Amino acid sequence: MSAPDRLVCRPQEPAELLIRGAHVLDPRAGLDAPHDVLVRAGEIAELGDPGTLEAPAGAEVIDGAGRHLFPGFVDPHVHLRTPGQEHKEDLDSGTRSAAAGGFVAVVAMPNTDPTVDCAPVLRSLREAARREARVPVGFLASVTRGLQGDALTEMAELRGDGALGFTDDGKPVYRAAMLRRALQYQRLCGGVLALHEEDPSLSGNGVMHEGEVSARLGLGGIPSISESTMIARDAAIAGYEGGRIHIQHLSARESVAAVAEAKARGVRITAEASPHHLTLTDAAVPVALDTRLKMNPPLRSEDDRQAIIGGLLDGTIDCVATDHAPHAREEKEVPWEEAPMGTTGLETAFAALYTELVLPGVLGLGLVVEKLTAGGALFDLPVPQIAVGRPADLCLADLAAEWEVGEAGYESRSENCCFAGRRLRGRVLATVAAGAVAYRQRTFSVVGAA
Amino acid sequence: MRHLLSIEDLDRAGIERILDRAKSFTEVSEREVKKVPALRGRRVLNLFYEASTRTRSSFELAAKTLSAEVINFAAGGSSVEKGESLKDTVQTLSAYRPDLIVIRTPHVGAAALVAGWTDAAVVNAGDGKHEHPTQALLDVYTLRERLGSLDGAKIWIVGDVTHSRVARSNVLAFTKLGAAVTVCGPPTLIPRGFEALGCSVEYTLDRLGEADVVYALRMQRERMTDSFVPSLREYAAVYQIDGRRLGARQVLMHPGPVNRGVELAAEVIDSPQAVIGQQVAAGVVVRMAVLYELLAGRGAPDRRPDPSIPAPQLA
Repeated sequence: MSAPDRLVCRPQEPAELLIRGAHVLDPRAGLDAPHDVLVRAGEIAELGDPGTLEAPAGAEVIDGAGRHLFPGFVDPHVHLRTPGQEHKEDLDSGTRSAAAGGFVAVVAMPNTDPTVDCAPVLRSLREAARREARVPVGFLASVTRGLQGDALTEMAELRGDGALGFTDDGKPVYRAAMLRRALQYQRLCGGVLALHEEDPSLSGNGVMHEGEVSARLGLGGIPSISESTMIARDAAIAGYEGGRIHIQHLSARESVAAVAEAKARGVRITAEASPHHLTLTDAAVPVALDTRLKMNPPLRSEDDRQAIIGGLLDGTIDCVATDHAPHAREEKEVPWEEAPMGTTGLETAFAALYTELVLPGVLGLGLVVEKLTAGGALFDLPVPQIAVGRPADLCLADLAAEWEVGEAGYESRSENCCFAGRRLRGRVLATVAAGAVAYRQRTFSVVGAA
Repeated sequence: MRHLLSIEDLDRAGIERILDRAKSFTEVSEREVKKVPALRGRRVLNLFYEASTRTRSSFELAAKTLSAEVINFAAGGSSVEKGESLKDTVQTLSAYRPDLIVIRTPHVGAAALVAGWTDAAVVNAGDGKHEHPTQALLDVYTLRERLGSLDGAKIWIVGDVTHSRVARSNVLAFTKLGAAVTVCGPPTLIPRGFEALGCSVEYTLDRLGEADVVYALRMQRERMTDSFVPSLREYAAVYQIDGRRLGARQVLMHPGPVNRGVELAAEVIDSPQAVIGQQVAAGVVVRMAVLYELLAGRGAPDRRPDPSIPAPQLA
């Protein structure tokens, strides 16, 4: 089977760029010091001590002094809502939002309308991304047709047409036998199965984490075991079949334990956690029942949050994923129980983690950068690295900049960000994705062209 | 106090102030002309998204007794059925310039949302399974009349706690006034973590004898379909308050409407310990006091002129 380009993007002008004196932090490349970084024709051409590199004619010069330069982030879990729900997000707005958050590649979920469950839909979506996407986008196809859980998609054809992998995200693959078939079929076509883990019979009519807050509010609770029991089940099936699975958006202590246990047994399993589960808890919900805080899985307890941080530290959790889930204002401006699940996250991921976890000393900046860049690896995509000869995938950030989320609107078409109104530190100033400048903060000016 | 959305909006002194005023209003109901002009010229909008007999009618009676104008808006047969959102409905009805909106909805937090969308004062008359603060106030009123004080009283709330907004508001109100509250019911119908409201939890009626007050909750028939209880028969066998279980000195309460033969046996409903009728009667005076608290002595809501409406031109 010939593999097409897994990521697609609109054609861009390759960057000619000299970033002077920024503090380059790339744990994988072993870089943690100020450098000059020269980008020529979209590739990292040279690294030098600060002030040592000269800008070639026509190159743009960016003053990086006092700023940080990271390898660009990769988000393995976003909802671009296309096709069918373009009033929430489209390929252009979604990838602009990604670039504004320092992301140089994103992986889009297939729970669209229609579902990405057959080759024609996938092909037309990839065609559209070649015209509209500001940063490279990869697409997952669904495991089952129409996310209905009762018939496999044509996985081999979908892989041949560029599907990075498969997921029924938004829903679990509820029937164990269906997941087993998909894992058997994976031997033919490859492609990791990304799993939204939830037992609908346990979640019931739940709309937030089951605990003291839901008891007080009279809201139906989603218990932690709704997630963790399905992870344990699916890890057992994957282990039995030798298949490869990725667990999406871990939210509970029991879930982290289930993944750690499976890893220890040698199951081919990876896992992600989202910035909101790492920084917020259900205690934030009752203040105003702000529906921007309603997502699935829900914000859980402080104990769960600590367990997820622990999972990131000990390697149980491989990467950070935003689960960027835009919804229109009128869809969210309704009572809590009526509101759809989801928060946007691309534009706030770095700042939220930096402010809530790095500044208080809970996580090292290097670890955060590593987990924000690791998301592509689980789909066998190259991990961005600041090294000579590599494509320029870069994120320039000002760690001292303080801003209020939403103060100047969002690049995303939707504004349902769970961090809205919070003051955060750390602002992405510019993003170079696959060798081209994908984002520049509006108020951020360059030194000038040489 | 600008709105009454939750019992948490009130401290003990605030609750007592409302109850004292309610007490002073009882005299009005005994007059030949049951009306006082306290809220003359004020508009009260009843916005009910759920069926209600006593709550809606007692708010209406309370408002009219205080000489306010009342508009009733029931969700059935209105634009809501044509898909109008809660926000649009509230903003549309706000054009009638109500001074106060009484709202009941099946959704947690809806009253608080409405408070953010209107200039009027808002009274939560039940928001999903969250709260029903005026029910709690009238229950406290009834108990105060009966016991004199709630300080040190042991109150058992028995039944389907999970689906009960009355249970939530009442645990908060009873404890604020110094009572010790125990909730008791099937383990499937008491939410995990409910103790955080400040009550203790029991699963059997074995120690019901300790209670000074037994507050039975309504057991809805549809709970059986979700296997919360295997059958109403078994529920009644374990949790029904009957003549055998209710002690002679215990006070019996129920928010109504009662399922005879399910949560309560017929003999206790009609017993002298039951204050169910007094609860209903208290509903009117307590709601008068709440309306008075929120409206009297305060000017009409501060409204900026709507720029889309041209100012009247004087010739």
